[in-house]
Amino acid sequence: MTDVIERPNAHGSDDERDAVDGEPAARSPRTWTRTDTPTPASAPELRRSTATIRSIDVIRLIGSALAAVALTSWLFFYALPLEGELGFVLVSYGFFLLFFGILTAFDENRPTVRDRLASVVMHSLAFLLLLALFSVVVYTTLRGLEPLGIPTFFPNFYLEDMSNAGPLDGLDRGGVAHAIVGTLIMITIALILTVPLGILTAVFLTEYPGRFSRFVRTVVEAMTALPSIVAGLFVYAIIVQFGLTRSGFAAACAITVMMLPIVVRSADVVLRLVPSSLKEAARALGASTWRTVWTVTIPTARSGLTTAVILGTARGIGETSPVLLTAGATTFFNFNPFSGPMTSLPLTTFTFIKSPELNFIARGFGTAVVLMALVVILFVIARAIGGRGPGQLSARQQRARTQASRIDDYRFRARELGITPPQAVSPFERLKRLIPMPARRRVTPHD
Amino acid sequence: MEPRTDRIVIDGVSDGPRTLSSVVDRPDAVFRWIARSGGTIVVTVMTLVGLFLLIRGFEAIQFAGPAFVIEQAWDPNSGKFGIAAVFLGTVFIALTAIFFALPLSFGTALYISEYAPQRLKPFLITTVDLMAAIPSIVYGLWGFFFLSPLILPLSQWLATYIGPWFPPFAVAGFDPNDPLATPTIFSASTFIAGIVVALMVAPITSSIMREVFQQAPLGEREGALALGATKWGMITSVVIPYGRGGIIGGTMLGLGRSLGETIAVFLIISPVFVIQPQILEKGGNSISALIALRYNEASAFEISALMAAGLALFIVTLIINFGASTIVARSRSGSVGD
Repeated sequence: MTDVIERPNAHGSDDERDAVDGEPAARSPRTWTRTDTPTPASAPELRRSTATIRSIDVIRLIGSALAAVALTSWLFFYALPLEGELGFVLVSYGFFLLFFGILTAFDENRPTVRDRLASVVMHSLAFLLLLALFSVVVYTTLRGLEPLGIPTFFPNFYLEDMSNAGPLDGLDRGGVAHAIVGTLIMITIALILTVPLGILTAVFLTEYPGRFSRFVRTVVEAMTALPSIVAGLFVYAIIVQFGLTRSGFAAACAITVMMLPIVVRSADVVLRLVPSSLKEAARALGASTWRTVWTVTIPTARSGLTTAVILGTARGIGETSPVLLTAGATTFFNFNPFSGPMTSLPLTTFTFIKSPELNFIARGFGTAVVLMALVVILFVIARAIGGRGPGQLSARQQRARTQASRIDDYRFRARELGITPPQAVSPFERLKRLIPMPARRRVTPHD
Repeated sequence: MEPRTDRIVIDGVSDGPRTLSSVVDRPDAVFRWIARSGGTIVVTVMTLVGLFLLIRGFEAIQFAGPAFVIEQAWDPNSGKFGIAAVFLGTVFIALTAIFFALPLSFGTALYISEYAPQRLKPFLITTVDLMAAIPSIVYGLWGFFFLSPLILPLSQWLATYIGPWFPPFAVAGFDPNDPLATPTIFSASTFIAGIVVALMVAPITSSIMREVFQQAPLGEREGALALGATKWGMITSVVIPYGRGGIIGGTMLGLGRSLGETIAVFLIISPVFVIQPQILEKGGNSISALIALRYNEASAFEISALMAAGLALFIVTLIINFGASTIVARSRSGSVGD
């Protein structure tokens, strides 16, 4: 609590600068420039690592693994009529656990044996899942390399559509540019519909709690359970009912129906994490609800909201089933979302691999790799933006804030002393200050 | 700071809470109206989907009557249709998926939260979260081209040695003593589709479990260790009881997802319209695969029948999801505050 009472100019650096500038050091009790990054008192305690690796455990692990493989090989190749790689792995894993348990039980008590066995099982379960997931990505990528132009590069895969490529044409003809365009158009329309509506609804849910918003929240939560194919079927039924045709816009609507609840729900969670002390501070300063939302709540939660939208986009891009029902697959470019069928990356993948032609299957894998790359890029962007919780600033943002409040401080002091306030700094001027000057100058709002 | 008392007493009159009245100015009123209308639009769209589904689906259910739940065939144009086969097929696939996904995601969550080296942790968390975002068609491709041929020997082995005692693993028309028997009888089965769906839902399930495990209170963890518990002892006495809600909720959420999964199932399975509890045998079905299969060139009545099937799927998913979110929310209550 002491640092609140302490005045800023007691900090050595400020006094020093004042002396350099020859400015009379005004002691304004109203402003306080924060120069350090505070650690909140309620920061979670860090978990200490209690992990220890004993050499005897490692020796037991290696020993039992070797013994298990040896015994299984003997069983498979000499003793029993067993075969198959999967069976070999499973049987040797079983022996490995058995041997490891017995080895440990020679020296340790029962809780320790259980602990070591559990540790081994948990490690292998995690390894198995991660291995399977890696194999999904690696297998798809490897099979998709050829149409993507590796090792022999054909740019056509990224530049052409499939209208000129016959079923027997090689991979040097045709491409999926039409699907990329289609995906981009669909997701843009879906985002235009989803983002304002979704964030507005989330704001409504957090800012105006009441019976109606509770009802809205329940409905939204219910709709996250809607299977994506049913969302597609809904739009398809409307198309059929009103005699419309399948189009990119219809697919975008189906994606919106699927994405909207996801975005609302995650934006709602993010907005609820905004500390109420910040909002109450804004209210105490006399801000109205909408100013509080616009200047406090949304900027504080910006990174979280962006993450919510981007992860929703990743889901929307990858969804096949609603697009399958509503877009209608094509093999040519269609830039108009309102007329004619349009295709998307997952849908093109799907149509490619249903074909018996090997080149088409290869193209399917290539399209899947393009789709995965798109999702991974979106995901990385989301991570880069949304790594921090609401209100946590990066070092650069922290510096910017400090600088801003320092300028305010000078303005107040200048007014108090009756001297001309410093001029507002143009963006260009600010940019110039960011570039280090050859002569060492202090950056203050006075120069 | 001045010591504060809760209640200020001036001249013997205690100053109780005052009623506050607030005046809403015009921009605020407009904002409230806009926010409220945003919520209304969303709710209208969502209810419209639900209502449309209900009305159109109800038409078909009314026509079919109770046969809708019993009938296995799907031929709406002759009036003979029901969801018995497809619904149970969906359930079989989802159960197979959860059977594999539960231990895998539980082990992974526990590994990331308790065993993984501190430096590896952020990478593993990102990897698992990224895998949850990978499109289902990619999993479908992998399952269809990579996993199916690999799993056939395992299916054959299970049918040969476990099938005779465990009916779901029995395969009609498979004779283990016939040296010429082809393993194709095991392809395109519920079992394979279930494994692929398991991989698809395992990341999300594991992500939820891990979040809850990591929230297990530090004091109790270290208390257990200080009392001489082994790491596994600490996990069973602190982390798992604390994370029980997350385990159940995450599993149910995974179950909900696996019920609605379309493309991977549609790619792998070869559709049959009979109840097929022998999960190793070729052929199976699910509601979402049925919709993907039959929506095209369907008559108006067929669409309404498909809507009815979709409605049944939606209701089941809804119940499971609500249960899951209630359980997860309850397990987290009190651990997060302002």
